[in-house]
Amino acid sequence: MNKLAPKQVMKSWQLYVLLLPALVYLFLFQYAPMYGIIIAFKNFNPVQGILGSPWIGFKHFETFFNSYVFTNVVVNTLKLSVFSLLIGFPIPILFALLLNQIRRQLFKRFVQTITYAPYFISTVVLVSMLNVFLAPSTGFVNNLITMFGGDAVNFMARAEWFRSVYIASGVWQTMGFSAIIYLAALSGVNPELHEVATVDGATTVRRIWHIDLPSITPTIMILLILGVGSVMAVGWEKAFLMQQGMNLPASEIISTYVYKVGLLNSQYSLATAIGLFNSVINFVLLIVTNFISKKLTQNSLW
Amino acid sequence: MGKVISQSKGDKLFNLFNYSIMSIIAIAILYPLYFVFLASFTDPDQVNSGGLLLFPESIYLDGFKKIFAYKPLWDGYLNSIMYTFIGTFINLAVTIPCAYALSRKGLAGKTPIMLLFAFTMFFSGGLIPTYLLISNLGMLNTVWAITLPVAASVWNIIITRTYFQSNIPEELLEASVMDGCSDFRFFFSIALPLSKVIIAVMALFYGIGHWNSFFEPMLYLTSNEKFPLQVILRNLLIMNEAGSRMVIDPMSLAAKQRISEQLKYGVIVVACLPLLIVYPFLQKYFTQGVMIGSIKG
Repeated sequence: MNKLAPKQVMKSWQLYVLLLPALVYLFLFQYAPMYGIIIAFKNFNPVQGILGSPWIGFKHFETFFNSYVFTNVVVNTLKLSVFSLLIGFPIPILFALLLNQIRRQLFKRFVQTITYAPYFISTVVLVSMLNVFLAPSTGFVNNLITMFGGDAVNFMARAEWFRSVYIASGVWQTMGFSAIIYLAALSGVNPELHEVATVDGATTVRRIWHIDLPSITPTIMILLILGVGSVMAVGWEKAFLMQQGMNLPASEIISTYVYKVGLLNSQYSLATAIGLFNSVINFVLLIVTNFISKKLTQNSLW
Repeated sequence: MGKVISQSKGDKLFNLFNYSIMSIIAIAILYPLYFVFLASFTDPDQVNSGGLLLFPESIYLDGFKKIFAYKPLWDGYLNSIMYTFIGTFINLAVTIPCAYALSRKGLAGKTPIMLLFAFTMFFSGGLIPTYLLISNLGMLNTVWAITLPVAASVWNIIITRTYFQSNIPEELLEASVMDGCSDFRFFFSIALPLSKVIIAVMALFYGIGHWNSFFEPMLYLTSNEKFPLQVILRNLLIMNEAGSRMVIDPMSLAAKQRISEQLKYGVIVVACLPLLIVYPFLQKYFTQGVMIGSIKG
């Protein structure tokens, strides 16, 4: 159908003009940096440029794999994102299923309005809020803990608390917003199904399980594939902003490490190699999950 | 939904549980925001000692006075407004025409072009190659470094394309073509005026992104006077400079510490102010945007 016949292209040349800015953007700012990836296999030197620098093969990858930070950084990245997915993914679904059962429209809208709000707060402000709430001597949370006789905890500085704080605040911020897409899918469920089931004596819980949940499964699967596919790409802004010297054992993830190696220490090639390692794993995960989902549930991205 | 048949015991229990959970969630999300708001003008002694729960005992506005007198914060504000406008304008100029063209059925080469776009959603050059590119283009420390590299989001292009596909009737195009209407003309005088909703949605999506953007400005901007609000906020709040930077007059250390906490709450409130003002409008459009995008991916 869509043969690139010159005649047809000429006929709709104006449409290609409309496409042009986006295509220029795509090649200049998306594909050109991909070309820049070759410096991962070179000993990049800004004077010689990307083409002129000498090839050295996989040496930077070896350096990274053999470095003492490798295990720690990769494990941190995996833990942070897998736990975020395990906890952060199902909660908006549950929330949407429950909210969908609220019959009082005013209350429903009230809950929705409030739960979306944190989504618009910037990461900087969110992390600042965490800092003031969790401050050891003046923070609200520690005041509560000490009021009930507990000992204040320096949450933001302790490595063992980093992931919990990261994930819980993430749920707090995005739960309501992520639920919108499921609520949209739920609004498309045929109400007759529910009426018939109610007449047959099905309880609300059974109707959620047998009617609501199956109808949003395709949406869930697509979002799950995307979620798994970006497992290694945890929101690095937030991790970066939450980082302190004391919590580094848990908070140093691949992307923050790339930033330090590349831009603070100017080891461009090594940092590019580490970043490429990260992207490739991500991409493979995406393809594998998509393949599995296609086999099991017939839902896939392509 | 008609009349509800009398509820079973289990359903009544479920409803009770459901309403309670929803109320708890609403409170858990609202309370921290409410607390920040209160703490920004409550006597810091009450806040720091944990005495503030629902209402302030005495009001104390020194924090806000200091904040209003702190010039870098307001420069950051102005910069953010400027970057948001420029950035959003570029976003719309790239996204809307592209999405329209891609929504057209007969467009030759549509599938490969879509693939080219979609691939970038899952794979990218990464931090360093992008940084080198921006630097080679001579865009470091200019507004272009933070607006052009994010000129379009593929996800938003897809949402907009879906909107065009489902809201501009095919017959309209056919009739216009019969009357000798060119593609340009149809896009500018017919499709665009019919698409105010999606343009508003996209303006908000992109606008919020620019307003909240922190990482690119931190990376690509080097001079202090160009920093947007978020970078200023990070220096003040996360690098913990709120007390020392904003309180210049000689004060005892204790007094400084006392007010530095209040300054933080106040700065957070000031930073969120624009969002609070537009939120009522925003929310409706955001929901619409997500709905449009979710109907067909």
